[in-house]
Amino acid sequence: MPKHAVISGVHNTKVGSVPDSTVMSLHSEAAFGALADAGLKLSDIDGVLCAYAITETYPMLSSAFCEYVGVAPNFNAGLHGGGATAAMMAMQAAALVRNGDCRHVLCVAGENRLTGMTRDKAVAALAEFGHPQFEQPYGVNIPAAYALVAQRYLHETGATLEHLAALAVLHRTHAAMHPDAHMTEAITLDDVANARTISDPLRLLDCCLISDGGAAFIVSASETAGDMKKSSPAILGTGQGHTHEHILAAPSLTSFGCKMSSATAFGKAGVTTSDIDVAEIYDSFTITLLIELESIGFYEKGEAGEAALRGELTHGGKMPCNTHGGLLSFGHSGAAGGMFHIVEAVRQLRGEADIRQVPDANLAFVHGDGGILSAHCSMILGNT
Amino acid sequence: MTDLKPVPVPNADTQAFWDACNENRLLFQTCKDCGHTQFYPRAVCVSCESRNLKWHDSAKLGTVHSYTIVQRAPSPAFKADAPYLLALIDLDEGFRMMVNILNCPTDAASIGMKVHIVFEDREGQKVPQAAPLN
Repeated sequence: MPKHAVISGVHNTKVGSVPDSTVMSLHSEAAFGALADAGLKLSDIDGVLCAYAITETYPMLSSAFCEYVGVAPNFNAGLHGGGATAAMMAMQAAALVRNGDCRHVLCVAGENRLTGMTRDKAVAALAEFGHPQFEQPYGVNIPAAYALVAQRYLHETGATLEHLAALAVLHRTHAAMHPDAHMTEAITLDDVANARTISDPLRLLDCCLISDGGAAFIVSASETAGDMKKSSPAILGTGQGHTHEHILAAPSLTSFGCKMSSATAFGKAGVTTSDIDVAEIYDSFTITLLIELESIGFYEKGEAGEAALRGELTHGGKMPCNTHGGLLSFGHSGAAGGMFHIVEAVRQLRGEADIRQVPDANLAFVHGDGGILSAHCSMILGNT
Repeated sequence: MTDLKPVPVPNADTQAFWDACNENRLLFQTCKDCGHTQFYPRAVCVSCESRNLKWHDSAKLGTVHSYTIVQRAPSPAFKADAPYLLALIDLDEGFRMMVNILNCPTDAASIGMKVHIVFEDREGQKVPQAAPLN
């Protein structure tokens, strides 16, 4: 009988301004935190997956990490899928475990993006994501590319700026309930409306943060579950969807690869959106989450914003979403940003989310997207 | 630090395109095997895997599919222009490109607006841009 994969340990470091942190210190702290959470030792780890970093650059970050902490795994690789990387790591690690190549795969990311580089350097580094010949000459950056999506989405659906603002407020409310979050000061719909415009129609509070922070999770073979300290939610289904890298080449500005990635993940898990108890979905901008909630099928096109205003996306609502505060308010530190969603999903399923806990959470949906809604990876996690 | 805007560096896939820009011509590709229209220029048809591609001259007329007013420039080179218009334009021949909309007040841009392609000189390499049609 084929093995299945579980997530046996998770950890996030403090997120926000973490003085004296480095890429490797954040990786290490997150990794050792996840090992302690699982009740495993570093020597139990036989697979390692890392992502990438821009504050310290290594040609082979995953090898550099293994060297730094002193681990010699059977399998070691780096993945580059932008914000989808963390979910892709889980998908890859689950395949390694099911295939019998590894028993415990450590997936780790972390970066000191807030204090490790100047703000101008961070903004300039992110500008390099445009196509060198057909986008960069026009002064595009990531917020501008997402603003092109947002403008078209508002035009096609009749959704409003208040719908976007509702998501910003939601995330801040959730972050205020998390002891490790970057931004916890309450904001209102008016605060979002009055924030300066970054790239019309997106305002400052429609955009994710730039944070220091790290996260890690361990994917283990299910037959090792008896060795674990805590319950280990299973990876029940995964899927990916890829339509473009550059926004000029996207087939649509309102329908993206999350439709395919989620359909595959739901199909493999044998569940539907209405079965999900809690959703942790990538939120690089308010528009990102609005479109993904609709493309994935939690809401009809143009309806997710109204649902947020009605309170459906928080505790007691129909679909509690990004209960940790997401990239918008919990924090965003490179590839660790999308990993915070996985960490939170596992805590929710274990009943460890303290005042953020969604009662009886047994099935979670996790989604990451990289680029400009370019690369998507979806995952269903559940208690078995 | 540079205060010069990026100048495209042509490669084997795009040399003909950028050479034509210097003659105020806008080229796009179709596939000789399946007829698919594509942009940006590539060595392969994204629709049928053919390597048999043909260049065409565009009439340089299009429609704004989406736009944004960039308030925070990505680099010092664009700071003096901010706020400026960045847009995705659907050309009448059926391909999409990213440009700035020039000669247009930022509050006058709209989705569906008709534009034509004009050329802006960047250190000897002309780059396509858009301007309102009337």
